[in-house]
Amino acid sequence: MIQAFAFYLFAALVIASGALTILARNPVHSVLWLIVSFFNAAGLMVIIGAEFIAMLLIIVYVGAVAVLFLFVVMMLDIDFAELRASFMKNFPLGIAIALVLLAELVLGVGAYRAGAMDLGTPVGDAAPLLGESNIESIGALLYGKYLFLFESAGIILLVAMIGAIVLTHRGARAVRGQQNIARQNARKPSEATVNTRPEVGQGVQL
Amino acid sequence: MIGIEHYVVVSSILFVLGVLGIFLNRKNIIVILMAIELILLAVNINLVAFSAFLGDLTGQIFAMFVLTVAAGEAAIGLAILVIYFRSRGTIAVDDVNRMKG
Repeated sequence: MIQAFAFYLFAALVIASGALTILARNPVHSVLWLIVSFFNAAGLMVIIGAEFIAMLLIIVYVGAVAVLFLFVVMMLDIDFAELRASFMKNFPLGIAIALVLLAELVLGVGAYRAGAMDLGTPVGDAAPLLGESNIESIGALLYGKYLFLFESAGIILLVAMIGAIVLTHRGARAVRGQQNIARQNARKPSEATVNTRPEVGQGVQL
Repeated sequence: MIGIEHYVVVSSILFVLGVLGIFLNRKNIIVILMAIELILLAVNINLVAFSAFLGDLTGQIFAMFVLTVAAGEAAIGLAILVIYFRSRGTIAVDDVNRMKG
């Protein structure tokens, strides 16, 4: 009973906050609704026993991705009202495409209910370990059968990190009053000081 | 009782909301990126639900990889957005014609 209640609560909130994400006028509000949506999706995953993925969702999405979005939205000075102008113009097309997609998905679920196609059964080598927690089972699988996929995921993240840094790095800019050590060492006493006797009203050449 | 169908329905509604978000906010690329995150979230819910339904953890492992790719995509996308904004001063998608494609 409590499971059904929790499911409907999380499901309703994830859909409502997802809708508000795409409908909010202010992108900052969109990001905040996206965070609510991720939290409730994590709740949906917890109640079917996938704690690890749920926690990962909160850490990665709420902790990193959503904050990144928030930074960018707040850093860029953008006139969002102007970007908003095409909203009503695109509304009929968007609704039509969304309805077509939803009809396809409902058809898919209906076809599944009518009798699923038999594509085979799980081999069983990825079944949860008996008597172990979700995270221990995932760890055994991740560092065993899927080790190379796991490492390539790390490489993907490395490439993404380097790419983002290379794209946004501006290089060392010359700061006013910066010390130039080579020029400083190349100075000789002979050219450091000169004795001049300028005419009155002529000024000096530096 | 809650079954696999309930999860499939929730994730398909979330997926459709993501697609709708792309079409409704065609000018605002930040909201488009957020809609893509919603779509990937729907995919993740589906993968985890079927993983629990079939008693096979492969779905959860793949949800983790989807998460990895989503994080990388968001980082690269936002970096491109930042340098585009620096050079053009706007992020309207309609004005993206520098490559004359």
